[in-house]
Amino acid sequence: MGVRKTALQWPVLRQITGPDVLGRGAATRSAHSAQLSPRTAHADKLVKSVCPFCAVGCGQNVYVKDGAVTQIEGDPDSPVSRGRLCPKGSASKELVTGPSRQYRVKYRRPHGTHWEDLELDTAMDMIADRVIASRKKFWAWEQDGKRVRRTSGLASLGGATLDNEENYLMKKLYTALGAVEVENQARI
Amino acid sequence: MTSFANRLFGPLDPATEAGYLDPPTRKGFFTDTSVCIGCKACEVACKEWNAVPEDGISLTGMSYDNSVGLGASTWRHVAFIEQPSGAREHPGEESASFRWLMESDVCKHCTHAACLDVCPTGALMRSEFGTVVVQNDVCNGCGYCVPACPYGVIERREGPKDEPAVGLAQKCTLCYDRLKGDLEPACAKACPTQSIQFGDLDELRVRAKGRVDQLVEAGVSDAQLYGHDPRDGVGGAGAFFLLLDRPEVYGLPPDPVVTTKALPQMWRQAALAAATLLVGSLAAFVERRNR
Amino acid sequence: MSDCIVIQGSNMAECHPVGFQWVMEAKARGARVIHVDPRFTRTSAMADLHVPLRAGTDIALLGGLINYVLTHEKDFREYVVAYTNASAILGEDFVDTDDLGGLFSGFDAQGRHYDPSTWAYEDAQMVPSAGDREQTHASAKRARDSGAPSAAGSHGPTLEAQPNIDLTLQHPRCVYQVLKRHFSRYTPQMVEQVCGISPEQFDQLARAVTENSGRERTTAFCYAVGWTHHTVGVQYIRAAAILQSLLGNIGRPGGGILALRGHASIQGSTDIPTLFNLLPGYIPMPHAHEHEDLDAFIEQDAQTKGFWGNMKSYTVSLLKAWWGDAATAENDYCFDYLPRITGDHSTFSTVSRQVEQGGGGYFLVGQNPAVGTANAKMQRLGLANLDWLVVRDFVMIESATFWQDGPEIQTGELRTADIGTEVFFLPAAAHTEKNGSFTNTQRMLQWHHQAVEPAGDARSELWFYYHLGRRIREKLAGSTQEMDRPVLELTWDYPVEGPLAEPSAEAVLAEINGYDAKGEPLASYTALKDDGSTTSGCWIYCGVNEDGVNQAARRKPGSEQTWVAPEWGWAWPANRRTLYNRASADPAGRPWSERKKYVWWDEDAGRWTGHDVPDFEVTKRPDYRPPPDAKAQAAIAGNEPFIMQNDGKAWLYVPTGLADGPLPTHYEPPESPFRNAFYHQQANPTRQIYPMPVNRYHPSGDEPGAEVFPFVFTTYRLTEHHTAGGMSRFLHYLSELQPEFFCEVSPELAAERGLEHTGWATIVTARAAIEARVLVTERMRPLQVQGRTLHQIGLPYHWGANGLSTGDAANELLSAVLDVNVHIHATKSTSCDILPGRRPRGPALLTFVEGYRQRAGITAETGTESKTP
Repeated sequence: MGVRKTALQWPVLRQITGPDVLGRGAATRSAHSAQLSPRTAHADKLVKSVCPFCAVGCGQNVYVKDGAVTQIEGDPDSPVSRGRLCPKGSASKELVTGPSRQYRVKYRRPHGTHWEDLELDTAMDMIADRVIASRKKFWAWEQDGKRVRRTSGLASLGGATLDNEENYLMKKLYTALGAVEVENQARI
Repeated sequence: MTSFANRLFGPLDPATEAGYLDPPTRKGFFTDTSVCIGCKACEVACKEWNAVPEDGISLTGMSYDNSVGLGASTWRHVAFIEQPSGAREHPGEESASFRWLMESDVCKHCTHAACLDVCPTGALMRSEFGTVVVQNDVCNGCGYCVPACPYGVIERREGPKDEPAVGLAQKCTLCYDRLKGDLEPACAKACPTQSIQFGDLDELRVRAKGRVDQLVEAGVSDAQLYGHDPRDGVGGAGAFFLLLDRPEVYGLPPDPVVTTKALPQMWRQAALAAATLLVGSLAAFVERRNR
Repeated sequence: MSDCIVIQGSNMAECHPVGFQWVMEAKARGARVIHVDPRFTRTSAMADLHVPLRAGTDIALLGGLINYVLTHEKDFREYVVAYTNASAILGEDFVDTDDLGGLFSGFDAQGRHYDPSTWAYEDAQMVPSAGDREQTHASAKRARDSGAPSAAGSHGPTLEAQPNIDLTLQHPRCVYQVLKRHFSRYTPQMVEQVCGISPEQFDQLARAVTENSGRERTTAFCYAVGWTHHTVGVQYIRAAAILQSLLGNIGRPGGGILALRGHASIQGSTDIPTLFNLLPGYIPMPHAHEHEDLDAFIEQDAQTKGFWGNMKSYTVSLLKAWWGDAATAENDYCFDYLPRITGDHSTFSTVSRQVEQGGGGYFLVGQNPAVGTANAKMQRLGLANLDWLVVRDFVMIESATFWQDGPEIQTGELRTADIGTEVFFLPAAAHTEKNGSFTNTQRMLQWHHQAVEPAGDARSELWFYYHLGRRIREKLAGSTQEMDRPVLELTWDYPVEGPLAEPSAEAVLAEINGYDAKGEPLASYTALKDDGSTTSGCWIYCGVNEDGVNQAARRKPGSEQTWVAPEWGWAWPANRRTLYNRASADPAGRPWSERKKYVWWDEDAGRWTGHDVPDFEVTKRPDYRPPPDAKAQAAIAGNEPFIMQNDGKAWLYVPTGLADGPLPTHYEPPESPFRNAFYHQQANPTRQIYPMPVNRYHPSGDEPGAEVFPFVFTTYRLTEHHTAGGMSRFLHYLSELQPEFFCEVSPELAAERGLEHTGWATIVTARAAIEARVLVTERMRPLQVQGRTLHQIGLPYHWGANGLSTGDAANELLSAVLDVNVHIHATKSTSCDILPGRRPRGPALLTFVEGYRQRAGITAETGTESKTP
């Protein structure tokens, strides 16, 4: 705290010598309490964001300290939300830092009874192989005599919390691969 | 200087009274339940900011209220009251008397706070903003404050010893740390409809008066303020409410009185007893010396 | 701005609490707030008036309001005559539902579809819109019949000629008169019979809406999936559009029909679609039967009026964005590289293919169909029948663990060791861990900046798809096969940054915006060319990177701007905040009233001006009249605000483009305890069905066995949870607020069925039986419908077996039955039974449900008929 404890700071002494005769306020305030400040004041950075739940699009201020999110609250500048958040938006910090989040790739082999660990790099390579194989296996140039140039070996269902840029890359890649069964929560 | 009696009962400015020289204006909450949508953003925002732990995952059946009431791990609590209608003779007709009331409850930050008055360690403290704050680094978990609160707000946190603040008295601090940084409390900031308003207590009281007059004029005859009056049993609450019905309907005590109101009298008697004892001891001492 | 706000098909206070602050603010200023909903919710608690209605009968109510407006001549006549198609005259062949027992002319019962040719305007050659071209064979047939296809996206079909009109609205076949006849049977008495709304309440609602509309006042309608999740969902919106157009509430401040979308970028997910039938910017996916080449794809639209007349520019710019230098005029800009659709490839068709044929791969990206989609079992059986599955999510959702402990494992239907699906679970990065934009419910793009690096293996979707594409391209490198050319020639060279080699989201946004011939960022879609000299990955987003500045990241505080706040984020198109806002001025360009001033013509400056970016060519005079040979936007007159429509008009009647009729018509939900009181036809004859053993339907109306399911349940969300729960059931702070799955029932139903408050109830349909804790509440009200008492049951659908707050999934109960226009499932009104106590466990659960099917006499044919016999 940087404050030396001296006899002069004993609460009782402060109580008797100061104006807080009954010892209910200034005299009893601990050094810790006296020096409290909001943790957001010590954030390394404030990052502007948008709530990931519904489509109102409330502004969020994300506070970061030592590479970790320490607080998420409403952005008062937003003309949409004026700094306010609903319970879900207010729970955003638990959403992004909570104990339920998974941080490791899990793999279940065909007919397997349990999860296995897998390196991300290996998983990416295996998925790329499967995309190529399924695409080819279910490829069709024609249907009913008409050119279709497509595969039914790849389908996709995306959530609507995907960024526009992510949806764009998904649609672009899938279309180039010839996948048409590309769908989104927007249908659901 | 106010009399000793006034210091424990009746109107006063608590921060000045608590020894702060030139404190900021008294801060508080005005919770206008007439615009509360029962979203519970206040509950979550409070918990996220103050790192208050989850308070149990179980269905209560009390309408949409599953956090039951204020406690060590629920510092804001939204009450849901489904006010039944009479016998419905015409199915489908809107029953004029059916209402779904919602109210976000919180520590009242009393002008005369019994929790603080009985705290033997000084863990409960009046802040410069006139609010009542628990200091975890001082609290020894004696629990004297728990029965003292006329609203049943403060509670000792239960749980595994290694969890934060377990065993210590816990309640709303009106985001003391945020106030010191010129920020509004987390609950008031999140509230989507400004049901929870934070600000200078004097100004909030004026605003609340205007709002209740407006509602009464609009025909909401039961609209009433709760905890706004400095002459009430706790000297006026720092967190007061606009209710749409009697306080009991929301589970609030209709006429709370600071439990230490009688303390001066008790002290006077205790002082007399102590003096008698002292005189007796001195007499004995003198007697012995004289022997 | 609004003087009256009707919230119907939405529980806005609960599902959009922060947006609801504006409703509360309007209310504080004196606006009337009305909530029309089967349940008394937190929205109802804030409303001036709550109108309970029977779930699934909104068209009857809205039809009643339309009838009220027409009967009492409450329409905003000057607006209606000038800005809608009220005066257009229909052909003599059109036969309305009144004369055909609830069907329109042109119905083919065998094919379950309409030939819409008789719905057309007199003497006008109509062709269907692109948006519904994938529908079965009807569209192909229509396209053949009408000579050529069109491709106007979802923004209005092609219309070859201006219709004959009668501005007095007296011609018996003009739209206004057709409307009057069609809705004349939607009387307050019928509304009472069908919806369970008393004539007094109806009158209160009708008065509120009409008294708060017109020159000086405006009324807004707010809806959500309470309107779209029906087999007649599109027609719900159409009914609102008719009402609001008649009242002059479109394109004006405080008016409108506001879709309250439920996910951070669900609007963006349709704008830049991961949807089978669309390319970015609502350009349709080409159809195998119709689009042999780019010219065939474009041909019809290049002829049309309105901004869709430039579709070739939009399409060529997209193809250039995707295939770069490989796309040339000589090779049709790689148009052939686009795979072709041949019908419905929506998620339900995909899943039925997975169940029946199996095989292939499936990516679930932030989506949890194992509990989150109608007929959850059908979804899981699909998952169990794949070659491989990739699940990308924050938490271990049910769609990733179905093989371990799913409901079918518990009933013995499936054994873990028998399930061959190979499953990859990959942790996803959160919004705080990546850059990108969301498009909110008002079409506004807002950028969220990366705050921290994702931990462990968590990665953004941008990372996943970029690197997956990169690996696939590397593996295919050197291939000379024709099928690999679209992959290898794809522009896929995004710069990567940071320790994880994250592709630059801003680089992707820049590609979406597009570039001119010199490689400079484009400022507007009006600059797009059809000669291959421009690129744009999504034409409606063109301008979001104007001057190379990320406009979506603009954050000028709202307090420092006008109330329209044009400098916060960026709204498509062209940063316009209210669409069709030219309609806020009269035909001569003057504000309809001082009070409702928004966009108007400034004669001195020679341009449109106002509070918003005018949704009109800015220097086009109100008295501009197009020359006969004008094309595209040049063919839009100065007094035609609806610039994306090919006649510039708001449509009260839809002569082509819809699969289930040109006018909204009340049909009973497919599984209803009641007969259709309006027509002989019981349900929407074109509803899309999946007759599979896992997806059996109920008898309906007066069919034998319907009485086995005497109640109606409706599914919905709560404030405290999010959709299928992946982002809420796993959080302590939300789970404790709504800890368990419950059902809501009235005290009367509780008494009738012996249900105890906080006890258990079992809810049953032909698909499943699930259990829920019981909340007995007066918020659920029995209704009087057709002389009977109807009990409705409320079921929030957030739950599943995983997470902190658990329970059965309400989606187990639903069947897959869709609106054919958009292939969206019906979740809001389904018949069921309810019993006290918990459901059976293990194989006994299957026997229990089978018992219900037998008692109701359910066969493969039940509930599948199109035309009511």
